[in-house]
Amino acid sequence: MSTTALGMPTVRHGVGNIFEFEPFPEYAEKELKNEQLRANLGFATHKIRDKRAAVINELPDWQDLRTAGSMIKQKVMANLDTYLQEFEKNFTAKGGHVHWARDANEANEIALRLIREQGVTEVNKIKSMATAETGLNEFLEEHGISAIETDLAEEIVQLGEDRPSHILVPAIHRNRTEIRDIFRKKIEGVNPDLSDDPAELAEASRFRLREKFLTNKVAISGVNFGIAETGTMTIVESEGNGRMCLTLPETLITFMGIEKILPTTQDYEVFLQLLPRSSTGERMNPYTSMWTGVTPGDGPQNLHVILMDNGRTAALADQVGRQALHCIRCSACMNVCPVYERAGGHAYGSTYPGPIGAILTPQLGGIEEQYNSTLPFASSLCGACYEACPVKINIPDVLVHLRGKAVDLEKAQGEFEGGKKDRHIQMDAMMFGAKTLFTSGKLLSLATRGLPASRLITGRSHKISKLPGIVGGWTDYRDIPEPPKSSFRNDWKKERGEAPKRVGGERVDLQALIAANQGKLAEAHAKAEAANPIVKEAK
Amino acid sequence: MSEAKEEILGRIRASLWDHPQPAEPIRNYRRVSDKSQEEIIEILVDRLIDYKANVYHETAETIADRVAELLGSSSRYVVPTGIKQEWLPEDTATRARVVDSGNADKPGALSLRELDAVDAVVTSSTVSCAETGTIALNSSDQEGRRAITLVPDHHICVVPVETIVDLIPETVARLDFAKPVTWISGPSATSDIELIRVEGVHGPRTLDVIILK
Repeated sequence: MSTTALGMPTVRHGVGNIFEFEPFPEYAEKELKNEQLRANLGFATHKIRDKRAAVINELPDWQDLRTAGSMIKQKVMANLDTYLQEFEKNFTAKGGHVHWARDANEANEIALRLIREQGVTEVNKIKSMATAETGLNEFLEEHGISAIETDLAEEIVQLGEDRPSHILVPAIHRNRTEIRDIFRKKIEGVNPDLSDDPAELAEASRFRLREKFLTNKVAISGVNFGIAETGTMTIVESEGNGRMCLTLPETLITFMGIEKILPTTQDYEVFLQLLPRSSTGERMNPYTSMWTGVTPGDGPQNLHVILMDNGRTAALADQVGRQALHCIRCSACMNVCPVYERAGGHAYGSTYPGPIGAILTPQLGGIEEQYNSTLPFASSLCGACYEACPVKINIPDVLVHLRGKAVDLEKAQGEFEGGKKDRHIQMDAMMFGAKTLFTSGKLLSLATRGLPASRLITGRSHKISKLPGIVGGWTDYRDIPEPPKSSFRNDWKKERGEAPKRVGGERVDLQALIAANQGKLAEAHAKAEAANPIVKEAK
Repeated sequence: MSEAKEEILGRIRASLWDHPQPAEPIRNYRRVSDKSQEEIIEILVDRLIDYKANVYHETAETIADRVAELLGSSSRYVVPTGIKQEWLPEDTATRARVVDSGNADKPGALSLRELDAVDAVVTSSTVSCAETGTIALNSSDQEGRRAITLVPDHHICVVPVETIVDLIPETVARLDFAKPVTWISGPSATSDIELIRVEGVHGPRTLDVIILK
């Protein structure tokens, strides 16, 4: 566990699958070469994007719901300690047991102890981001307990000995033929002529898991929301594997990030509208289960919840970054992200890929750990994620904020002579040069006269493919078209002659100009807002 | 208080060093419907069909015949204790109901194996949301415990018209969260393979909805 002094206060980051183990650009470059992956991802993200747009347009009050969702989450974070204790009190009063885990390791240990108390070696699992974050399956495996993933996509990933690449559709990188091959190889007793028809593949999964549902005594889940006022927990799902795990076993162990809390059922009504439409693009997911402690004679009688920090309080300490904790794991941001669509989920290293992963991972695991500092740069800052987010997390803002932290960190710890720090010295020098150049008409004019000479380096392709030093980063992934024969400034001068010289007395009084235009600016903003609701959102 | 709990609560308080005081959430989303009951029913039916549920309109006089038809001539089906007898067809030599006691620990409750072996389940429901096509079960004696509407492959669910509302907030307001709640929007489905929706994975693969006037 790493500890960072942010000046105020000292924070403790988490452990588990919240690290990028390779610089993002290097990982992404490898993934980009996988044509099948890119085709599968492009198809899937576009399809889900269109579905989502259609169901969101059905609701006249979608923006009002987003606003309410965002404000409720702000309220939750500001009073998190109070709501967690209220939840614990109400869940316990109904016969449930609450455990607290400072990090992923502690959460896994608690789960292991609870499983061992039941004397079983196999448990059923509902798809859960929290247990993916803690690496629970691998941890249990090391201790002789098999965790059976029951969500179809997780099952595909588990049987394929693969890693999830999307938080909602973990096997989004696999097509039906690949899935058929995995099932034929890995499901015992499966029809050897199993086709690649999705309905037949789903049937094969039903066949495999039914016996597990009827016999396994322990299930592990995550949770979508926990309601403080009532002690209720809820899971949204599609296939019925969730209901099976929440209803049939004797023991249910639920992993819950401390940020998953909602104050009241009235708040819950907002999120039940935001989540399904944003995630699967459906008006409602097929099944939603809600349980409030133990119900005698119905469902698990031995009920546990593990409230887990694992770096969430570290994110909470950052005034700009804490909004990442508002995330309801819908995955809308990854479906609209041009970077995710091409690089895929694996390139982000952590359990949390895409734009939300790029701001969540460095905050949970620490930006100074591994290559987490490369994640905030995995974005073109186009803003599509912000517009798609059902709780209005300003992801681009947080990305820029974290880039600043990453740069400060590199400056503080990088080495000279070609190391990370050297890059920043070059960048600072370049920016200083640019400032000198662009603030002086004479110098800029001299510089642009050099344009024809720069054409010499473009060669036959009329492109620049390699620039030296720090600006070389630009040409690593793209070519620059050859510069024009002469600059706009020079052409203007040729056509219109010399501009009249400004004399000292004509110098513009900037302060007066700003003062005179102050009212007009506010007016223009108001007008633009009225005309364009997205601008309004962005404010 | 456990050491971990104390520490986590302490961390939270330290992280809120700037004492953020956000405004009370603004709730100007729709909380009450402005539609007529006819419109609302029409929307519900449209949504249910969109989710590949089968929808039937019946009255107190016709419902038992419809249930008989949906069950087929040969069927062993489970019902909760409080199910209205007049909704169910007479038992025959090949079609018979089994009443589940509603409490797995009490006599008269079917085991999971027995539930897996029945052909269907017939229940009522507490409230339905038209806008999303969602039926809510809330563990009443007309709905039974959760397992009986989950394990059998065919669910015949009665939706009395007076339980149909338009919006999610209206739905949530009618629920008792002290008891288990299950929301059903069409039969079990998955979109995990190439995002193609396939009905029927682990939950009931057939959902028949009877709108009862």
